Amino acid sequence: METRKPARERETDDRRDEGISSGVEGFNDRARRAVADQRLHDSIEVFTHKSVAGRNAVLDALPEAPELRERAYRIKQETMAHLDRYLEQMADAVEARSGNVFFATDGEDVVRYIGDLARSKGAKVITKSKSMATEEIELNKRLEEDYADLDLEIVETDLGEWIAQLAGDTPSHIVGPILHMNRKRITEVLSRTAGEELPPDVEALGSFARRRLREKFLTADIGITGANFGVAETGTVVTVTNEGNARLVTSVPPVHVVVMGIEKLVPCFEDLSVFVRLLARSSTGQKLSVYTNFITGPRQTGELDGAEELHLILMDNGRSKLLGTEFEEALYCIRCGACLNVCPVYRQTGGHAYGSTYSGPIGAVITPLLKGHDEAKDLPYASSLCGACWEACPVGIPLHDLLLKLRNQQVEEGLAGKAQEIAFKGFESTMKRPVLYNISSRAGRLAQKPLEKDGSMRPLPGPLSAWTDSREMPPLAAKSFRELWKEGI
Amino acid sequence: MRVALFVPCYVDLIKPEVGVSVVRVLRRLGVDVIYPEGQTCCGQPAFNSGFFDEARAVGRHFLEVFERERFDYVVCPSGSCTTMVSHYYPFIFKDLPEERERSEGFAERVREFSDFLVNVLGVKDLGARLEGKAVFHCGCHQRRELGVLDEPYGLLRNVEGLDLVDWQNEELCCGFGGTFSVKMPDVSTAMADEKIKALDESGADTLISGDSSCLMHLEGRLRRKGHDTRVLHLAQVLDDGKAG
Repeated sequence: METRKPARERETDDRRDEGISSGVEGFNDRARRAVADQRLHDSIEVFTHKSVAGRNAVLDALPEAPELRERAYRIKQETMAHLDRYLEQMADAVEARSGNVFFATDGEDVVRYIGDLARSKGAKVITKSKSMATEEIELNKRLEEDYADLDLEIVETDLGEWIAQLAGDTPSHIVGPILHMNRKRITEVLSRTAGEELPPDVEALGSFARRRLREKFLTADIGITGANFGVAETGTVVTVTNEGNARLVTSVPPVHVVVMGIEKLVPCFEDLSVFVRLLARSSTGQKLSVYTNFITGPRQTGELDGAEELHLILMDNGRSKLLGTEFEEALYCIRCGACLNVCPVYRQTGGHAYGSTYSGPIGAVITPLLKGHDEAKDLPYASSLCGACWEACPVGIPLHDLLLKLRNQQVEEGLAGKAQEIAFKGFESTMKRPVLYNISSRAGRLAQKPLEKDGSMRPLPGPLSAWTDSREMPPLAAKSFRELWKEGI
Repeated sequence: MRVALFVPCYVDLIKPEVGVSVVRVLRRLGVDVIYPEGQTCCGQPAFNSGFFDEARAVGRHFLEVFERERFDYVVCPSGSCTTMVSHYYPFIFKDLPEERERSEGFAERVREFSDFLVNVLGVKDLGARLEGKAVFHCGCHQRRELGVLDEPYGLLRNVEGLDLVDWQNEELCCGFGGTFSVKMPDVSTAMADEKIKALDESGADTLISGDSSCLMHLEGRLRRKGHDTRVLHLAQVLDDGKAG
């Protein structure tokens, strides 16, 4: 028997790009490289193992967790059914407390609003706390390019995001943006920034980051955050963090800008409590994150802290077109990252293989939905449909069913490719005619004879090489079950 | 009790011995077993690839073949194919009222093998014997959509001579995933390797599952790596470890 190296040590073989695997090269190529990267795999394993174990422990200790999950789903369902009303309520409440509200159709709108604001304020330094919504629209890059004349210094202040920014890298996980970097790499990045060799210990690196970031916090003209939730009844923006940076971003600079996806709304505080109980538990295995901030408008007369100006940007960017469709559940996501941590595909590939801001099962669902299939044709197939994501999702989004619907959408739109169309027409034709099924199975047994050796198939050509390159394939049995049945069992 | 066997196509063609063991076990329990010969495939490969029209056509054939027969239950030695019929036929026929109703009526009566033994027949111990140290891999559809996990474990614990041991991350998918295994071969294989690593660490010499598709994937990888781990379907174990 031929023995081969495990997949991760093996040089790859590009024959598989032909035939049945066509159309999935983007993810496949990146995934192939990721699978071969043992260091990356080790980093992912450490992070996901810790997150999953923590999550399981805190959820097991919360008997009402299944009920909360059910409630969370219902609340999101109700919110999406009347999203127009809740958005209006949110906007009215923010404006009633002298906040500014802007509805942004897409990323362009957001960039223009913030760029113009920065210009009018004469801003030089912008601090940001972690925000996937701004990653989604590549806000930093777009501001630096489109408003190059302002010479803005935009600084990420979440430690992981900052390191990613310094390294010119993108987040590979919704919650742990640089889980793909090990300590050696982080030390390199921070040492380069410091202009001196820093020791590779957490304390030294953390203390350098704290010193450097503090300068930025204190000199920032504008602070930008995302939002974990928006409470419509009061106009409250909620951020859930562990590092405390969001407090400095929202309270030190005179201007605070919130970029919030329109799906982040919940109707009221009672509903919010359901999500707050689920978010940190599902995400980091904490009962609550270290900081849960509630920001209701800018600083009011008589208040001691808070920004002088608050700008709430409610960003659509493709979300509203999902309302009322079979994909609406994709909007129920609270970005906890639990589906990434349990996903056996993500665990092998990490986030960058997905080639999009959002990775893992939720990324495979919302990227094609928000950007279109052309941008992410491969992602709906980046799943074995095992359902671990659905099981872990604190809102009960049936992610694997959404992936199936996306695959179907591609087929309906003629994007699946001729090879597959022919293959499945043939499949249908054979499987609905028992006579044809029987003839094909006999023909298969004859055809396989020259390809069989020692109870296994030799390496097969074409698309089937995708199997036999790394796995033995059993031959068809000498007699099928139906033949044995006829002979008498 | 009259049971219509639903034998998945790959069991029919590649692992017929699994079907044979199912028949033997059921007959030993006094079940009247019939095999509707017009059956082919449940349509899952097309469904999982997004070809819902083709899956519906094959699904219609499946429903017609079984509706022609008289039975109390349909029993299938695969959690995955059972799920296709019980959960995903209503899903693909949801906009077609007549077929939706037919498939929903069917859903209740299609049972995975161990589910049928334990929850319909009330059997816990089949008096089977098999020497060895084993791990059980529960297919993902069986674990999550069907929620049939305690049943196979319970049956296996009562097999005399069998030492059923825990293994790391036992809830992880094996990486088969139907066409996923050839569309994303590197990830699929890496997922199998993670299972095999856990299998090695457990010290087990036998791998058991209720799904021959997961087993075909894991066995294919095990053999390629030169492992001689014994690989058996649950039905074969309950049939005293017979390989056919």
